[in-house]
Amino acid sequence: MQININVNGTDHSLDVEPRRLLVDAIRGDLGLRGTHIGCDTTSCGACTVLVDGTPIKSCTMFAVQADGSAVTTVEGLKGADGLSAVQQGFSAEHGLQCGFCTPGMMLVSTALLEENPDPSEDDIRWAISGNICRCTGYVNIVKAVQWAAAAARNGGEEG
Amino acid sequence: MQTTTHHQPTTSPEIGGVGHSIPRVEDARFVQGAGNYLDDVNLPGMLHMAILRSPVAHANLVSIDSSAAMELDGVLAVVTGELMAAHNLAWMPTLSGDTQAVLATDKVRYQGQEVACVIATDRYIAEDALRLIDVEYEELEPITNPQRSLEADAPLIRTDKEDVTDNVSFTWEAGDQAATDAAFARASKVVSLETHYPRSHPSPLETCGIVADVNPATGQATIYMTSQAPHAHRTLFALVAGLPEQNIRIISPDIGGGFGNKVPIYPGYVVATAASLLIGLPVKWVESRTENLISTGFGRDYYMTGSLALDDDGRILGLRTDLLADQGAFYSDAQPTKFRAGLFHIVTGSYDFAAAHVTAKGAFTNKAPGGVAYRCSFRVTEASYLIERLIQNAAYEIGMDPAEFRRINFIQPDQFPYTSPTGFIYDSGDYETAMQKAMDMVGYDELRAEQAAAREEGRLVGIGMASFTEVVGAGPAHTYDIAGLKMFDSAELRVHPTGKAILKLGVKTQGQGHETTFAQIVAEELGIPATDIAVMHGDTDNTPYGLGTYASRSTPVGGGATAMVARKLRDKARKIAAHLLEASPEDLEWEPGKFSVAGSPDASVTIQDIAFAAYTNHPEDEEAGLEGVHYYNPPNMTYPFGTYIVVVDLDSDTGVWTVRRMVAVDDCGVRINPMIVDGQIHGGLTEGFAKANMQWITFDDDGNCIGSNFMDYLVPTAWETPRFELGETVTPSPHHPIGAKGVGESATVGSPAAFVNAVIDAVAHLGVRNIDMPVLPDRVWKAIQNA
Amino acid sequence: MYPPAFEYQAPDTLEGALAALAELGDEGRVLAGGQSLIPMMKLRLAAPSHLVDINRISELSYVRRENGSLCIGALARHNDVVGSADAKASGVVSSAAPWISDPLVRNRGTVCGSVAHCDPEGDWNSVMLAARASVVAQSSSGSRTIGIDDFIVSFFTNSLEPGEMVTAVCVPIPSGASGGAYMKLERKIGDYATVGVATQLELASDGTIAQAGIGLTAVNYQNTRASAAEDLLRGETPSDELFAEAGAAAAAASDPQTDVRGDAEWKRNVVAVYTRRGLAQALASATS
Repeated sequence: MQININVNGTDHSLDVEPRRLLVDAIRGDLGLRGTHIGCDTTSCGACTVLVDGTPIKSCTMFAVQADGSAVTTVEGLKGADGLSAVQQGFSAEHGLQCGFCTPGMMLVSTALLEENPDPSEDDIRWAISGNICRCTGYVNIVKAVQWAAAAARNGGEEG
Repeated sequence: MQTTTHHQPTTSPEIGGVGHSIPRVEDARFVQGAGNYLDDVNLPGMLHMAILRSPVAHANLVSIDSSAAMELDGVLAVVTGELMAAHNLAWMPTLSGDTQAVLATDKVRYQGQEVACVIATDRYIAEDALRLIDVEYEELEPITNPQRSLEADAPLIRTDKEDVTDNVSFTWEAGDQAATDAAFARASKVVSLETHYPRSHPSPLETCGIVADVNPATGQATIYMTSQAPHAHRTLFALVAGLPEQNIRIISPDIGGGFGNKVPIYPGYVVATAASLLIGLPVKWVESRTENLISTGFGRDYYMTGSLALDDDGRILGLRTDLLADQGAFYSDAQPTKFRAGLFHIVTGSYDFAAAHVTAKGAFTNKAPGGVAYRCSFRVTEASYLIERLIQNAAYEIGMDPAEFRRINFIQPDQFPYTSPTGFIYDSGDYETAMQKAMDMVGYDELRAEQAAAREEGRLVGIGMASFTEVVGAGPAHTYDIAGLKMFDSAELRVHPTGKAILKLGVKTQGQGHETTFAQIVAEELGIPATDIAVMHGDTDNTPYGLGTYASRSTPVGGGATAMVARKLRDKARKIAAHLLEASPEDLEWEPGKFSVAGSPDASVTIQDIAFAAYTNHPEDEEAGLEGVHYYNPPNMTYPFGTYIVVVDLDSDTGVWTVRRMVAVDDCGVRINPMIVDGQIHGGLTEGFAKANMQWITFDDDGNCIGSNFMDYLVPTAWETPRFELGETVTPSPHHPIGAKGVGESATVGSPAAFVNAVIDAVAHLGVRNIDMPVLPDRVWKAIQNA
Repeated sequence: MYPPAFEYQAPDTLEGALAALAELGDEGRVLAGGQSLIPMMKLRLAAPSHLVDINRISELSYVRRENGSLCIGALARHNDVVGSADAKASGVVSSAAPWISDPLVRNRGTVCGSVAHCDPEGDWNSVMLAARASVVAQSSSGSRTIGIDDFIVSFFTNSLEPGEMVTAVCVPIPSGASGGAYMKLERKIGDYATVGVATQLELASDGTIAQAGIGLTAVNYQNTRASAAEDLLRGETPSDELFAEAGAAAAAASDPQTDVRGDAEWKRNVVAVYTRRGLAQALASATS
């Protein structure tokens, strides 16, 4: 089937089988390999992308379902001014180790801060609870999101 | 060695040597989604492999009909054991001296075992084709526990082995039986514990995989593989496939977590490589999560009994343990040859007593093979768990607070180096200082008072502790080898004319941050800013030979190699500096980044000046260049330690327990990058919590794996994971070049006992002394009901 | 994991979907949030030959009050209920919504899809039992309303006919003071309930219990109404003793299996405890 998706601001037209998972279209057809696959059961969130601004697991959506949608992947987080506050925060607070869960974590965090610019620790832990990290124990991921929230509040500088 | 609260850096922040929490250089690519993991490797013409796995645990393989699968459009080949056998590849050696089936030829020995592989143009098609392969099995009795495995009438699992008549995979013994018997004979009290440390799986978020690219014209095999030990794997590949070793290049790209899961060689690697060789195109295989959980290297699964002999004053006289390992169908995990049960070096823990006797037996079962993966330093985890659980129970038995009981039994700082009753030499330690710090942080005495008051009100609060000693950094060549390969490690360092350096390592990061930390070691030794040093690893053609990263050995061994090669270069730099300053080398003084003439501080040259001179103006009696390699053979293992304290609240109506506090004081010697060390500890503590609370793999009576995906194998999210409070003490390793000890596994080794001890402590007044992990609420509730 | 091939269509009107389902009969399967169906397809536990995707039918995306009921349309995501002011009219519904699966699944999965799935470990059908919900089923030949007790037939089985789909689930909004709670014992976010108990209480003006609803998750082959416990409560004055009795009655209505999530006897105990605690919480919110 022919589908049109906007990914990170660029329009793409793809011919995909109905059964092709969105994550495979993103990784395989579009070559955007920052979106990862970590499980088979919608459990881990490594494949998280934003579809029309909402974080979802792209392994549990068919690419044909994204026809006409705007998708943001990790490759779309960096802005004209450089790395986003969330990206900077993950590095500044050592919120990543192996980096495999990181794109998903950053996308849910970005969506969280969009909705709630001043989240509590509980808000952050709740928001990222659909994403699994096997390395960090989450402590520094929480700090990374707090760093990004503070940076956004202070106009780009760490708070 | 003197214990301090913190290591003060000796280099400036600009240099960023040891002790500076500099940001990781790896992060730039990872936060932009620009890492290069195995599944990101795509080559022209690449084919995809999928594996058909046995649905049953134990069965004779009667027939395989792959004709329908072959007819599917896009399928190039269906590889079976028969085809592999024709190339003498149906079996492969393991890293622990056993052999393992690549594809089953005679029978299947566990659910999930590899039976056939489909090679197709697309993974979706390959998966479709798997469903078209018809396999006939003749089922045999599945052996699902090691107790049954050792019974006389149990069916033989390893019918492939000539002269094997039972299901015993190994026996191991350490310590002094007579001395231990004598200690128990004079004991006034004996405290015993029988417990199971359940099977757990590392399940890194990235599963295992390979892209095998064998050029049929040249015979050159370029193999991209999720490998924690690429050099050792290349050697094994050469031995398995009969390929000349110089024709094999293993590239381990960015690894999405390893934790020991990516140490063994898996059958899929061998089949993909053989398929690429036969077809002449690259072949990719990436595990699904289910494949990862049901077939690859697991950890633990030890049935343990232990007893402590005590005197009237509460002093420990001796330890006796007997252990039974559920090994799975093959002995396939990486394992130092001389320590078949894993490294039970520290089963006597942080405690000073004279006699111990340890026996262990491994049994084959119809389960996935493995046993030593998962942040455990070759099964130190089980040993630490057993002794720390025993210690708490012993304290209860003699009516002493568990902290006080530890205090009177600790090995004292002046006893190091300390020879343990099982014959290992602890390098350094100060256990009481670490414990006291943890107790102060958590407010131990107040908590004990609160606990007593809560019991009066009918509330259950538990305070659990573990004062663990770990052993990492395998290891000295006289004692440690894997498959004959001595467990040294290596570093190669070149400083370029502009003073920028490249460091190449035999170890391989899976997220630990080697590209940052190892640059900091060079920065410490040469004064070159860490940010001026590129670190390469994971490519066998471009790095010196090493045994790889597992068992927390990178810093103790690879870190030692890095410091030593940097010192070699510094020695040469001194000669070049002397040449430049027209002084005698002995008259030069070193400070980070610069040599100066003693007494004339203005007469100095920087390391950058020296590097330039090494290529432009070197002394006539020296070779040009500033480059070296060092193969580091550590004189001993290192022994990190610490005290963890967990506070839980327990709902007696349901058995549900929640962690209120978790304080972790770690002493891993000198910390190279404290930020990264804390991150390692956070991750390890989470694993300890997970195993204590929810994360295990079990099997039903038919040998079906329960825990075959993340819906059944539960790994904690941010919501359940406790909030950790960290503290540190610093007792340098006396034999490591920079005093570091290794930290990747300490928290996983030490923390499970702290969590379980906390739950037991909440119900100890009812007489409860053991609940097996995972400490599920139904187990807790039943323990209360039965108390 | 890779799902098997299927035919696919995504009509943008309800009529279009119903026409497709009529034509496909047994062959057609509705794809709503897909958060259960797609993983089952990836594990090849389900292999529908034809999917009718309703995600483009925006008219089905609502959570609203209709004629004294709270109605949740077929395309309302779990998270739409979490964020809905109208949903607060049903204490048990709003209590349960945040505890469905995980945040990302809640963004995509639908309430009606969950109801139709009839997974005995699913949360929503216990909630719907407690709230005495009705399921609106439509086909190309018309619409009917099915009481939740009749809708749930068995393990993964509902009473829809071929060609029918769930277009909404509606719960009556209690006229008097009411409260509800969903108590879920899960080991981690995203895990199925080990035990779940949905409770809803409606009080008469004299403070006695006018209506009680109790639904149980994961302790029988289907989500179960604890009828005897409800009967015990109805007409009585709330008290700790009464709630404990109701808990015991709910436990008696449970026949859980011993599995890796826990022992059967313990699960029955948790039903008793959670029923008691849930009723107390429901009462507290009804009287606050």
